[in-house]
Amino acid sequence: MSALTFKLKLQTAQRIDVSPLTPDFLAGNSATDIAATELQCGNQRLRADAVFDISGDDSSNIVFDGANGKLDFIGSKMQSGNITVNGDAGAYLAFQMKKGSVTVNGNAGAYAASGLAGGTLHIHGNVGDFLASAIPGDKKGMKGGLVIVTGNAGDRVGDQMRRGIVLIEGNAGAYCASRMLAGTIGVMGSVGEYVGYGMRRGTLLLFSKPALHSTLQDCGTHTLPFLSLMFKSFRNLPTKFATINKNRVQRFGGDLANDGKGEILVFQ
Amino acid sequence: MIINGVQIDDTFAEAFGMRGTRIIITAQNHKWANIAAATMTGFATSVIACGVEAGIERELDPSETPDGRPGISVLLFAMSSAVLTKQLETRMGQCILTCPTTAAFSGIDEGYAEITRIPLSKNLRFFGDGFQTSKQFNGKRYWRVPVMDGEFLCEETTGMIRSVGGGNFLILAESQPQALAACEAAIEAMKQIPNVVMPFPGGVVRSGSKVGSKYKALIASTNDAFCPTLKGITKTDLSPEIESVMEIVIDGLSDADIRKATRAGIAAACELGAKNGIKRISAGNYGGKLGQFQFHLRDIMSGEAA
Repeated sequence: MSALTFKLKLQTAQRIDVSPLTPDFLAGNSATDIAATELQCGNQRLRADAVFDISGDDSSNIVFDGANGKLDFIGSKMQSGNITVNGDAGAYLAFQMKKGSVTVNGNAGAYAASGLAGGTLHIHGNVGDFLASAIPGDKKGMKGGLVIVTGNAGDRVGDQMRRGIVLIEGNAGAYCASRMLAGTIGVMGSVGEYVGYGMRRGTLLLFSKPALHSTLQDCGTHTLPFLSLMFKSFRNLPTKFATINKNRVQRFGGDLANDGKGEILVFQ
Repeated sequence: MIINGVQIDDTFAEAFGMRGTRIIITAQNHKWANIAAATMTGFATSVIACGVEAGIERELDPSETPDGRPGISVLLFAMSSAVLTKQLETRMGQCILTCPTTAAFSGIDEGYAEITRIPLSKNLRFFGDGFQTSKQFNGKRYWRVPVMDGEFLCEETTGMIRSVGGGNFLILAESQPQALAACEAAIEAMKQIPNVVMPFPGGVVRSGSKVGSKYKALIASTNDAFCPTLKGITKTDLSPEIESVMEIVIDGLSDADIRKATRAGIAAACELGAKNGIKRISAGNYGGKLGQFQFHLRDIMSGEAA
C-alpha cells in the first residue's frame, strides 16, 4: 500500500478547510468516497478531487503535496495515523489532535497545535502566531502532546497552554508563554518582549536571559533534578533539544501579577 | 537428603500472599541513597508489629536509574494493599522526603499480569503548600516539591503487585558462631537474587516464633521446639548436638523468586558443611493450614521446583 496522497491542483482565493482529510475520517472509505469528500472553501463546498489529484490507498498515511498556506485544519481532531505536508500548512494545523503524528516540511500558519491533546507535531520551518494557544473563546490552549519547531515561532506562543511540550529551535515572538497554565516550552533562540506575561504556572526554558517585566522575579541559580529527567525523555526526539544534558539554570518565578507559580529557567 | 554432610529435612516453609512494591531511590551519591533506603526500611522486619516487611534489594548504577544518579532499589511488602499504601506514604514522607538530595521513582511498571498503581508522591506533594508543580514525561507524572536543599523530585505513583511473604529456612548448628557464619554466607548468596529481600536484621532471625502463647494477649511466642536451652524440658525438635538455630525469612515478588533465593541460601550454608558445625536445614510452617504457598526444601534443593 502506498500513502494516500493529495496533490494540490486548485489555486483558490479563499482558504480551504481540509479537516475531513484525516486518517480517522477516511478509514475504510473507497477511492470514490474519498474523491467525493466535500471540503469547505469560502462559501462553496468542493469535492476533494476538484482540489487535489488523489493517488495511493493507505489512508493511515496521508501526504499533502504542493501544499500552500491556504490549507487550514490539517490533521484536525486526528486520533491515529500520520500526515505529512510537503509545502506550507495553513492555520489551525493539528487543531485538537489527540494521537498520531503530523509533519510539515514547510511553514505553518497561526494557531498551530491549538487544543492539541496528544501525538506529535513536527514543523520543519517557521510557524505563525498563537502556536499551542487557545482560540478565542477557549479557556485552554494545547492540552498535551509534543510540538517541535525547527524554525521560528510568532507571537503568543503557548497562550493559555495547559499541558504538553513545545520545543522551538529558533526564535519566538512577543508575549511568549503569556497566560500559560502549565506545560513546558523550550526556546533555543531569542524571545520577544513581554515574555511570561500573565503566566500562571508552567515552565519556559530559555538559553539566554530575556528582558523581564517587574512581576517576574529572580529566584537564584539552581541545579534542578527534573531537567535531567526531562532531557533524558528527549533523547530520541528529532530535535537539537535531544543533545542537551544540562540542569543548572537561573530560575525566575512569576508572573506575580497572576498567581506567580510559573517559572522561566535560563541555562547558565 | 544430605548435602555436604548437612541434613535437609523433609519439610516445607509455609508462606502467605502479600502485596509488594518496589521503589527506586536516587541521591547525589550511593552513600546518601543508602542512608535514605536504610532509614525507609528500618523497623520493617515483620508485619506483626511493623506494618510492612521491607529491605534493600540492591544498588543501582546511574545508568539504571531514571534520573541518571546513583540509586538503591527497595522492596516493601504488607498483608493488604491498604496497609502497604499507608506505610509507603508515611515512610516516604518521613524517610525519603526528609533525606538530603534524594528523589524517588516507581520500581514496578511492567512485567507482571496485574499491576495496581499506588501513590508515591500523589499525596506527599501537598507538603509543597501550593508551590509544588508536576511534569509529565513519557506518560509518567512527576512532582517537584520545593524543599530547603532544592527540589524533591518524585514520581506520582508506583506499581503494586500480588507477591509472597514468609518464605523461610532454619539453619541448625553445633554452636552459635557457626550458625551465624552459615547465615551470613546464605545472605550474601541470596542478595545476588533479584526480587527478594530478607527483612530481618542482617537478614537473620534468632527469635523464630510459633503461633499462640500461654498468655492470652499474645498471638505468637518463642518457638520452644527449636530453642536449644529447652531441649530437656519441652517437646524438642533438636538433637543433642544442636546448640544454636537461626532463621532466614524471605519476601519476594513471586513464589519463583523465593524458590531461587531459598536454593541459593541453603546451598551457601551447606557449602560450609558438617565440618563447620552445620548439621541440619529445616523450615517453619503451620502444618500447611494457614499459608497459600509451600516451599518444600527437598524439592527446591533437588531442582524439581526451582
